[in-house]
Amino acid sequence: MAKVEIGRIDQLPKRLGKCVRIGALELALFRTGEDRVYAVENRCPHKGGDLSQGIVSGEFVFCPLHDWKVCLKDGQVQAPDEGCVKTYRVTVEDGHLYVEL
Amino acid sequence: MKRKLVMVGNGMAGVRCIEEILKLDREAFEMTIFGSEPHPNYNRILLSTVLQGNTSIEEITLNSWEWYEQNGIRLFAGETVTEIDSEQRLVHTDRGRTVEYDELILATGSNPFILPIPGADLPGVTAFRDIKDCERMIEYAKTYKKAAVIGGGLLGLEAARGLLNLGMEVDVIHIFDYLMERQLDPTASKLLQRELEKQGMNFLLCKETAELFGNGRVEGVRFKDGTEIAADLVVMAVGIRPNVDLARKSGIAVNRGIVVNDYLETSVPHIYAVGECAEHRGVVYGLVAPLYEQGKVLAEAICGRKGRPYEGSVVSTQLKVSGVDVFSAGEFMDGEGTESIKLYDEARGIYKKVVVREGNIVGAVLFGDTSEGRKLFDMIHRGDSLESLSLSLFAPISTEGKGSLVAAMADNDVVCGCNGVTKGAICQAIAEHGLKTVAEVRDCTNASRSCGGCKGLVAELLEYMLGAEASRYATKETVCSCTDLSRDEVIKAIKEKRLTTVKEVMYVLEWKNEEGCSKCRPALNYYLGMLYPGEYNEEVESLFVNERLHANIQADGTYSVVPRMYGGVTTVEQLRKIADVAEKYNVPMIKLTGGQRIDLLGVKKEDLPRVWAELGMPSGYAYAKALRTVKTCVGKQFCRFGTQDSTGLGIRMEQTFERLKTPHKVKMAVSACPRNCAESGIKDVGIVGVEGGWEIYVGGNGGTHLRAADLLCTVKTEEEVIEMTGAFLQYYRESAHYLERTSKWVERVGLEHIREVLFDVEMRRGLLERLHQALAATKDPWREIAESEELRQTLFRDMAEKEPVPAE
Ligand SMILES: Cc1cc2nc3c(=O)[nH]c(=O)nc-3n(C[C@H](O)[C@H](O)[C@H](O)COP(=O)(O)OP(=O)(O)OC[C@H]3O[C@@H](n4cnc5c(N)ncnc54)[C@H](O)[C@@H]3O)c2cc1C
Ligand code: SF4
Ligand code: FES
Repeated sequence: MAKVEIGRIDQLPKRLGKCVRIGALELALFRTGEDRVYAVENRCPHKGGDLSQGIVSGEFVFCPLHDWKVCLKDGQVQAPDEGCVKTYRVTVEDGHLYVEL
Repeated sequence: MKRKLVMVGNGMAGVRCIEEILKLDREAFEMTIFGSEPHPNYNRILLSTVLQGNTSIEEITLNSWEWYEQNGIRLFAGETVTEIDSEQRLVHTDRGRTVEYDELILATGSNPFILPIPGADLPGVTAFRDIKDCERMIEYAKTYKKAAVIGGGLLGLEAARGLLNLGMEVDVIHIFDYLMERQLDPTASKLLQRELEKQGMNFLLCKETAELFGNGRVEGVRFKDGTEIAADLVVMAVGIRPNVDLARKSGIAVNRGIVVNDYLETSVPHIYAVGECAEHRGVVYGLVAPLYEQGKVLAEAICGRKGRPYEGSVVSTQLKVSGVDVFSAGEFMDGEGTESIKLYDEARGIYKKVVVREGNIVGAVLFGDTSEGRKLFDMIHRGDSLESLSLSLFAPISTEGKGSLVAAMADNDVVCGCNGVTKGAICQAIAEHGLKTVAEVRDCTNASRSCGGCKGLVAELLEYMLGAEASRYATKETVCSCTDLSRDEVIKAIKEKRLTTVKEVMYVLEWKNEEGCSKCRPALNYYLGMLYPGEYNEEVESLFVNERLHANIQADGTYSVVPRMYGGVTTVEQLRKIADVAEKYNVPMIKLTGGQRIDLLGVKKEDLPRVWAELGMPSGYAYAKALRTVKTCVGKQFCRFGTQDSTGLGIRMEQTFERLKTPHKVKMAVSACPRNCAESGIKDVGIVGVEGGWEIYVGGNGGTHLRAADLLCTVKTEEEVIEMTGAFLQYYRESAHYLERTSKWVERVGLEHIREVLFDVEMRRGLLERLHQALAATKDPWREIAESEELRQTLFRDMAEKEPVPAE
């Protein structure tokens, strides 16, 4: 398992996602209204929508392409749609963000 | 200061009109009501049921003394207005009181017609009109046995039935050879007579009364043919006369009734008449349904919200005699140019007739089974064609459960004719307020509050609704699943509680989902912006990505950029600029849009701010719920058919309404002749130039739900086009649901209603004022972003790229 430093928490506005590229990997990074940080694979399981640009509500993001609702905690797409995205653990240490790959 | 409203007459039509006024504007008037009768407003219609012993006088009060008090209405009951001074705007009463008015409504009802024959003034002779008459009959029945009712119409028969119930023997005297000739054809009438004879009534038909005789009190009736009968009580029910004495004395134009126009205005300014005393287009109505319609129109007019005019009513009749079901409406007699469909089941005493003229249903008579009366009435009202008549009407009475009838009714079929309450409205009320009894339904919707003829139907509906159907009606359209409130309720709450942020709205209105969802967040953002132009700061994190980034997200995650080109016109410099930028940022595709603009497709998110800065053109809003483009045709300048400068007007419209946010995207077009090269017929607002003017079309849509636009109006000048379009857009902004296109909205609220609002000079002015406030507060978003490092950082910049992690 690798742990990569990806930036500082203050670069991450609440409820507005950001995209992070680590090599070929693209992650969507979120800081929720309750100040929790999540990272998921930045590809909607439907047609590959850019999840980092979706509307964030609580621990969910709505894909900007066709409005699928994806849970940030476990990556599950919410009914009636089906699917799942990979999730990654993010930790904050001293204001720095680390993602575990 | 409040205006002073005085009403003369405390009857059914007048007080209903007051109720309508209170509904519209509680604060507009200081109200005074005079009534000759010593009671608060009661349900005159139910006097017959009082007489028949089903109801007590106390039970028929419509508005109690407390009601007047709670609504701040001064009621002088038992006091008669004797004089109107329209110069000084004063009324004088028989008690020497003088009251000032700003607006005066006459609702004096009518007087029973008393035959001018000898003996008509003897004790024991009465009319049947008010509580006093009713009490007199009840009193008489305690001592005397023989009653005679003169008049075989609706009222006479109801009185006769009541007197039978009171234990009297009853003769009904009628001048014609069949009963209820004004409502029934001879066949139905004969069936009715047979039924009533079975109930114990005795009929003397074709009898003309010559005099009443008696020593000290009435003892009998003598006819023109010389015959006579004994009678201890004589009830005259031969008709009514509009009560116009006061009006006539005061110099108000009177014909049979007080003459009023379509807004219930009499010949004297500030004096109106409503109810049985009024004559509208030559007709005086004697049933409450039309009178209530009049009251509604008058209420709107007097509150300064003149809406739909009153254009007369089709009436229907139902007899309130237990065990006899009679219904008639419209043109019920066979005559020239009419055909009819009949069912006559003599054995079971059922008769049904539907009258058709030129293929349309114009009238009906039902006897014995009136269950479909309301439905037929609606069909007559709409002038439905014969094809829409379900032949089940003529099938033998169904033996299945009764529920099938109410279930079969359409939502907009009227259940309560007196008050015009539809099935849909009743079901909605039952579902929303959890109503459980007929009385609750009555109090909540007014259904069955008047003649009570629909009580049975209401009860059936209740039964049906308390079953599984409730949920279908309960599902009102909420903003989204985060709340049970509808759009209108939310807007009302925002205004009343002055909520100013999305978060506040959700918190105060107890959103089920603390942070909302992708439906309500953008909607609330829009509503707040619409309600507080210039004050509200849009919440970026509640915007859909297109509007947050001011560019269109594409399937591959890149964005498209459409600079504004007013009216589709461009210049060499602009073209060169666009070409340069496209080259520099490797734009993979340059395309013309359907709205006559240039689209740069495939721009990377990070590049957007620089692309805009280098273009130096304003945003074309191709992504927004706002005015998109105004498509134009070539027009007069170059086209040989053009009658007007369509390009010039298009540019002007686009510049005027640029950046205006709307509930959904808005597209406009201007063509210079009916060939319509700009496709004005399928735009939200489409303008078509004609010789000497412009036609304005609204509510068109070229999208998934293709819809041709409706002609709103034709105007002469460009100024008027701008003004009407502006008012239309603003009204759409204020009353549509978020994400409701104008095509849907126009259908939902109705073109007529939109016209009423826009053609009202005052309302239009208000709309335009608010529109200009909204426009004044807008800024070009591209420029704003190009100039703000902070916005670029939060919205457009990703986190820095990281090295791939070496595989372990
Ligand atoms: C027995 C009966 C049964 C009926 N059944 C039905 C039915 O089944 N369906 C139906 O639709 N209609 C029915 N009607 C008719 C219906 O009641 C009337 O159409 C309706 O009440 C008329 O309302 P209005 O306000 O115009 O007049 P009213 O209700 O008569 O009110 C007028 C009031 O004005 C008062 N007034 C008059 N002049 C003055 C003055 N100068 N100063 C102060 N006060 C004054 C009168 O005292 C009266 O109270 C029935 C009527 C009767 C009598
Ligand atoms: S709409 Fe009429 S005026 Fe305009 S370009 Fe077409 S033909 Fe010419
Ligand atoms: S790509 Fe995400 S919902 Fe369609």
